[in-house]
Amino acid sequence: MLCIGIVRGNREQEQKVENAANIQDDNQLTVEQAIANLQGEDLGLRVYAAWWLGRFRVDAPEAIDVLITALEDEDDRTNAGGYPLRRNAARALGKLGEKRAVPALIKALECSDFYVREAAAQSLEMLGDSSSIPRLIELLNDQIPGTLPAPEPPQLTQPFDAIIEALGTLGASDTSPLIQGFLDHPVPRIQYAAARAMYQLTSQANEVYNEYGDRLVQALAQDDLQLRRAVLSDLGAIGYLPAAEAIADTLAENSLKLISLKGLLEKQLQPTTPHELSPGAIKVMQLMDALL
Amino acid sequence: MPDSLNTLIRAVEDANSSVLLQEAVKNLAAARLEGAIPTLIATLSYNNPGAAVAAVDGLIQIGEPAVPSLLELLDMHNYTARSWAIRTLAGIGDPRALVTLLGAATADFALSVRRAAAKGLGMMKWHWFPEELLEIAQAEAMEALLFVAQEDEEWVVRYSAIVGLQCLANAIAVSHPDWRSQILSHFEQIAAKEESWPVRARVLMAQQELQTATATTQTQHIDNRPSPLSSMDWQKIMEELYGRKGQERLVFAEGDPRRYQDLAVAIAQNTDE
Repeated sequence: MLCIGIVRGNREQEQKVENAANIQDDNQLTVEQAIANLQGEDLGLRVYAAWWLGRFRVDAPEAIDVLITALEDEDDRTNAGGYPLRRNAARALGKLGEKRAVPALIKALECSDFYVREAAAQSLEMLGDSSSIPRLIELLNDQIPGTLPAPEPPQLTQPFDAIIEALGTLGASDTSPLIQGFLDHPVPRIQYAAARAMYQLTSQANEVYNEYGDRLVQALAQDDLQLRRAVLSDLGAIGYLPAAEAIADTLAENSLKLISLKGLLEKQLQPTTPHELSPGAIKVMQLMDALL
Repeated sequence: MPDSLNTLIRAVEDANSSVLLQEAVKNLAAARLEGAIPTLIATLSYNNPGAAVAAVDGLIQIGEPAVPSLLELLDMHNYTARSWAIRTLAGIGDPRALVTLLGAATADFALSVRRAAAKGLGMMKWHWFPEELLEIAQAEAMEALLFVAQEDEEWVVRYSAIVGLQCLANAIAVSHPDWRSQILSHFEQIAAKEESWPVRARVLMAQQELQTATATTQTQHIDNRPSPLSSMDWQKIMEELYGRKGQERLVFAEGDPRRYQDLAVAIAQNTDE
């Protein structure tokens, strides 16, 4: 999950925030200071504080409160009309596991800023609350007025990949006919999100079930490193065992391959029989051992 | 042979896209030629993870001839290259890297480095060590690995320490059956309190494999090339090991992973809040 935010989205902004983190780590921020900064005058400190609360998983009630308030911030605007503070607040709320944030995040799906909607969809996915499904479907159908497209090419009207991934994880099985249409979307990242969601939403008895997983395995042969990283994350999320060797062999950081294989391993571990390892689990661990 | 080496190196130098570079490095690595060492090491600084992974694999295959240059690279300022170099040293298991790996496994800032170093500590080329140094080296490795397996905050580093401990338990089965039992009883404790499912599963696999290894006699594959190390090397390793014992009194050199210990601890504390 963690790597998703780094893999795509507004990379430049992520980078800036990470750099700020390196500088600030020298004189540590405290929880109280971060909460105060989030309500302070300095816009830069506010954005950083929102990121910091998520990064260090500060789930104190006051932190949740100020982050929810920050989702309606009007002070911090980019030249293109974006809301940097809202973006970071939405991202942070997904990491804090507090369902109280769900209504505010659903509201954030109406934001004019593409990246706020993207972050909100990702966070609703992480919070696993199915009450957001109807609004996510409207967003996927581009039926929410006032939502502006992404400022960069290909200027997508909506963050389709984040929305589709959320619907898949939330188990919105009624949406599979709608998501199926995105399997051929011109943007590869969106095709993979659709394959991943279709795998999650299709029953194992269905004969095309593995076809969706196999689409992702084939995508690991892509030339583009960013796309391979994204697909590693998708395969880990669905725990698709037949992908194990392809994951181990693809050219990407071992860290990302290990997180992906961890997803496969977790799916192989049956809570009911803690003292037995399936052949699949042993195979995955052997591959993981070689990547350490 | 030299002809093909030059061709392979030129392909790396001429690569003008990240995909071509990865392919070229993969091909050069696959040739397993000592002459490829400088080019492969240079690749570790290119900030191309696909190429770096391929170069690390290649350098591990070539093995100990690459060790001196890798140790040299650790002194330089490129942090990413440093971390790849430590990964490579962990994979080779050369005794000259022992003390570096001990420091990296327990205190490096980067989890990918701690992870690689932990596995490497379990898989040192123990058969190269002279008897008087073997015991102290293995005791240090065991202590470090038991610490990492239980205290590191990242699941994958603890996972890696379990892998290292399993290898170490195998290596000392005959010489120190008491240590081996100690490792096994730690596995019991870890299995009981570990939160991460993948780590618990790996403990279970280690327990099962160690049991099987006792039943059948050890069929561990040992590469039996003679040690290229000189008595000078051993003396240096010995001094480093004793130096490590008194490390608290020292000021760490630039680039030493232990310099990051305070920062790592501060971040870990913040994570718990």
